Amino acid sequence: MSSDAPDAVDSADVAAAADAPEDEPEANDSAVEEAAKHVPSGGPPLRVEGLVKRFGGVTAVDDASFEVESGSLTGLIGPNGAGKSTTFNCITGVHEPTAGTVYFEGEDITGLKPHQIARKGLVRTFQIARELSEMTVLENLMLAPQGQLGESAIRAVTPGLRGAVVEEETALRERAWETLEFFEIDHLAHEHAGNLSGGQRKLLEMARALMTDPEMVLLDEPLAGVNPTLEEKLLDRIHDLRADGYTFLLVEHDMDVIMNNCERVIVMHQGSVLAEGTGDEIRNDERVIEAYLGEDL
Amino acid sequence: MSGADAPGDSDSGPSERASEAPESATGALADAARESDLGLVVGTLLAIYAVATLLTFTDGLNSVVGLLETLTFLGLVYALTALALNLQWGYTGLFNIGVAGFMAVGVYTMGMAVRPPDPAFGPPGLGLPLPVGILAGMGMAALLGAIAALPALRLKADYLAIVTLGLSEIVRLSLQSSAFDNFLRETIGAGTGGGRGMGMPDNPVRGLFLVDGQAGNPTPLGELVFGVFGNDGLGISHSILVGWGYIAVLAAFLVGFYLILERLGRSPFGRTMKAIREDELVADSLGKDVNLVKIKVFVIGCALMGLAGILWFGSQGNVSPTPQFRPLLTFYVFIAVIIGGSGSNTGSVLGGIVFAAVLFEGPRRVGATVRGLIDAETPSSFADALVSLDPVAFLAYATDNVAPLQFVFLGLVLVFIIHRRPDGILGDRIETAAAVDLSERPAGGESDE
Repeated sequence: MSSDAPDAVDSADVAAAADAPEDEPEANDSAVEEAAKHVPSGGPPLRVEGLVKRFGGVTAVDDASFEVESGSLTGLIGPNGAGKSTTFNCITGVHEPTAGTVYFEGEDITGLKPHQIARKGLVRTFQIARELSEMTVLENLMLAPQGQLGESAIRAVTPGLRGAVVEEETALRERAWETLEFFEIDHLAHEHAGNLSGGQRKLLEMARALMTDPEMVLLDEPLAGVNPTLEEKLLDRIHDLRADGYTFLLVEHDMDVIMNNCERVIVMHQGSVLAEGTGDEIRNDERVIEAYLGEDL
Repeated sequence: MSGADAPGDSDSGPSERASEAPESATGALADAARESDLGLVVGTLLAIYAVATLLTFTDGLNSVVGLLETLTFLGLVYALTALALNLQWGYTGLFNIGVAGFMAVGVYTMGMAVRPPDPAFGPPGLGLPLPVGILAGMGMAALLGAIAALPALRLKADYLAIVTLGLSEIVRLSLQSSAFDNFLRETIGAGTGGGRGMGMPDNPVRGLFLVDGQAGNPTPLGELVFGVFGNDGLGISHSILVGWGYIAVLAAFLVGFYLILERLGRSPFGRTMKAIREDELVADSLGKDVNLVKIKVFVIGCALMGLAGILWFGSQGNVSPTPQFRPLLTFYVFIAVIIGGSGSNTGSVLGGIVFAAVLFEGPRRVGATVRGLIDAETPSSFADALVSLDPVAFLAYATDNVAPLQFVFLGLVLVFIIHRRPDGILGDRIETAAAVDLSERPAGGESDE
């Protein structure tokens, strides 16, 4: 993981990296990549350039470009069919973009597999919560951490090597408990995830995403179908985590939520980015009002 | 919720319950069995033994011990195969319906490797030592599994099923082909024997009891065992006693399979397997290399199927492709996993034993016993049996034609189980996928629930 990487060797690269992301990526690609990998913050961690996704004759995303700043809570809004979810799927490797490039921490991640992108520290949640219903909440969480020793079948089975696995599992179990407490779902630890309510599943999804130790989390409508009390709780958690240095990109339908919580807002319309700016700028943008005709901004 | 009660832990012995003043002896036994996986399996076996003894005790000790030997052998080999399938299907959700093919590859590879280069009859082999042959058989089954998995895992689950089913039939028909036999003889110097099959190498367990492996002189161990139980003692035939010796070997392998698979399941690897079964995209999005894990699971499972094939058919004297490795065999193994409860290793063992003894052998044995008790002539056709309106004649007809009825019985039991316990006997026990106990939070945090 890049977060635990900074060491003496990299200090020279760090200075170079400060302005590196502004360069043309083609210019000195490998140097930029190398430098950016070891910089936990500074420069936009996520940059999307000219993203296009076509499904047959339908263009779902049409030349979308935007950046997400490090440590920010950025909102992505747009009417239904604006291409928000498809953009998400292209960023996280679920779909391969027809054209365009996605950079994460300066590195071109276009066309990588979802698990490769997740391993780089870019993790997502799903619009419809995808809990692993026949696993307990605790198991759901303990699945997430990257590079566990016991993910090797040989280590899991061989008598001499299993000791280290058990040790790591003990630490993981404690971390999972702490994460559950943070999201106030520790009372559900032994419940099968399939028995959780809709809102609890959303909390579980976010907790699970955090257990991967990500740099950045993409939240796909985390508040859809969540009651107001739980919504408050979820937003509090997101703000807490942002204060800890996590970067969030939030897709949401609810304009009030976006306007009240996100310092930057990206508006998508018909597959491309219509406007980008602070909540106030967006609120007063003629084109945005037009796109959302009839909606009260 | 049934999942809340403690998943049976093989460590917790029956002694824990002993203090709780049981109402009756049978109640105490049932309690103890529920507490311990080993108790459950042994208890089931004992119950089957009791019924089998009741069915045959009039025929003498030799018949009883012989029947128990047959039932135990079948139970153990089905349990071994069911465990291997449970890893693929129960844990990971990989729908492999080519079990018979992987077993055939295992046992044939072993036979071809171990048979002498110039046998008196049958196809030549490579004359390698038996352990090498067994490893080669497992390796070949694993290799075939990898070959099947690589293209198929990129597609949806149903395609894996079609590919594996097709593959198992290709294996069977290839083994049956004399052209393939000749080709192998010319290229590697070992043949399959085509449709006539091949004789299996001598079972080393026989060698423990008999000097030359056949009906020859007993070894010192053989003399001891035959002296006590055999013709000079209790009068049990020597082949049945040797069979029990082999059962001990099978039981040891079963324990080995079980321990390996339990450890695999109770680990982060096991969590990833379960996550793939539940929702591949989630596992992928959390950074798990889904395809790699699937291939690993497939290869491990197929290697175990190969070994199960060797232990099962390799001990039967002669293998031939067609009656033995039909897709029906795969279907039986699936039934064993389903009635045991897919996803549970103990369930697979239990399912294997119950399937083999109760569903597979049971109807024939019970039918034969019942027929023996009926003093009536068998009607010549079903219509005659029906029209006679005589229940005794009808029963005579039914018990004489128990083989086809067995499938009716099998179907009824499956419907019953799926209706009453859709997840199988132990399906409500979802085994924890972690290398540590998750049921309680250790000191440091407040306790839960």
